[in-house]
Amino acid sequence: MATKKVTDASFDVDVLQSDKPVIVDFWAEWCGPCRMVAPILEEISNKHGDKVTIAKLDIDANPEIAQQYQILSIPTMLVFQGGKAVKQVVGAKPKAALLAEFADILA
Amino acid sequence: MRGRAQARRTAETPERMLVSEFVASGAPDGAGGVGEMAEVIRDVIVIGSGPAGYTAALYLARADLKPLVFEGFAYGGALMTTTEVENFPGFADGILGPELMGRMREQAQRFGADLRGSDVEAVDLTGPIKSVTVDGEVFKAHSVVLATGSAARYLGLPDEQRLIGRGVSACATCDGFFFRDHDIVVVGGGDSAMEEATFLTKFARSVTIVHRREDFRASPIMLDRARANPKIRWAMNSAVTAVHGDTTVSGLTLTDTRTGETSELAATGLFVAIGHDPRSALFKGIVDTDAEGYVLTGGDIGAGRSTETSIKGVFACGDLVDHTYRQAITAAGSGCSAALDAQHFLASHHLAAVTDPEPVSSGSPEQVPVGV
Repeated sequence: MATKKVTDASFDVDVLQSDKPVIVDFWAEWCGPCRMVAPILEEISNKHGDKVTIAKLDIDANPEIAQQYQILSIPTMLVFQGGKAVKQVVGAKPKAALLAEFADILA
Repeated sequence: MRGRAQARRTAETPERMLVSEFVASGAPDGAGGVGEMAEVIRDVIVIGSGPAGYTAALYLARADLKPLVFEGFAYGGALMTTTEVENFPGFADGILGPELMGRMREQAQRFGADLRGSDVEAVDLTGPIKSVTVDGEVFKAHSVVLATGSAARYLGLPDEQRLIGRGVSACATCDGFFFRDHDIVVVGGGDSAMEEATFLTKFARSVTIVHRREDFRASPIMLDRARANPKIRWAMNSAVTAVHGDTTVSGLTLTDTRTGETSELAATGLFVAIGHDPRSALFKGIVDTDAEGYVLTGGDIGAGRSTETSIKGVFACGDLVDHTYRQAITAAGSGCSAALDAQHFLASHHLAAVTDPEPVSSGSPEQVPVGV
């Protein structure tokens, strides 16, 4: 399954009310390290789309949610379960490290 | 084409078989496939993907050596976290760091470099056949170019790592956006500190540069630009000795480096630009390094060619070897040197032809001096 684009407006429905866990990738066009994790997240989404939704939130176009969750660095990946942020991963990391970070929701 | 003919003659012995020969003889998917065949021995593997790695890859690819390049997951190297690069010749109006790296990458790929976005786990470089382990799979080659660059240094304070992404940052271009109208601090006295501070004034209310000494490593043009900026303040002869904050950074303790006196500074952002350490952990104890971990090459270890390491057939370039210059253009230049040195090494050991340029002028390959 491909990653899902979410916005300030759709965040409530797409992320907070989701039945599945959601990993939200806070990113921006001008962020070099964001480009490094993007393909890894696509890969995880393709492989584990049945267990988790991977959502992309462009912080330039959608500053409200980033502010609400006190995002101060990108890429930041927030894991949401049952409408709550349960885990935060900051910075570009290799695939193995990301898989380890998300192990409990991908299992 | 002499060397190539030579290679073909030796192709009956499997360990001498070049990947190009292997593909030519109809082996399935020898260069690009996932299923690496155990007996494939490549000409050269490049580890790293900054200006040094991509330039080496470009030259090796143009020499038809089909380099296999392990870019690592963080492809592009240090320039991926910079903004405008104004001192790379040929780009009169400047170019964005990630854009420049994207172009170098494309150029290497265009000539046949086989780029893989994986991290190398282990290397065995000592014998004539070098092994590189990636995701549990072993890749072999006659020569290896090391270009793993350097990693940003942090201050090493107790709360610093905990607050990364919560106000502590090593990447102004990534995180500056979030500090609109904040008061923030940049630590360092080099070009990157000046560049980051100047860049951050686009967002921040104030930027205080904290520097341990009174003189700067930064170039005059970068320093002047920062000094002319009304949003930049200066805390000289000072070091950040503590970071405070519960969920995000709220303040810092500064210590006067002459008197030892401490003071508190309210700040919500801490950007660290105090230099880099060579990323040589993978090669420690294998190739010779200096006390700081830089890989030693050329004259430092009595080698004839400037990018040769203490091991035959292993070459190093870029920030991994460079204490002094650490520029995109010098990294690219040394990447080129490493590629040419590797090519020459392969040719002089009858492993591949030298095609670009042509340091071997006459005689049969047997007459090429082997002492390189």
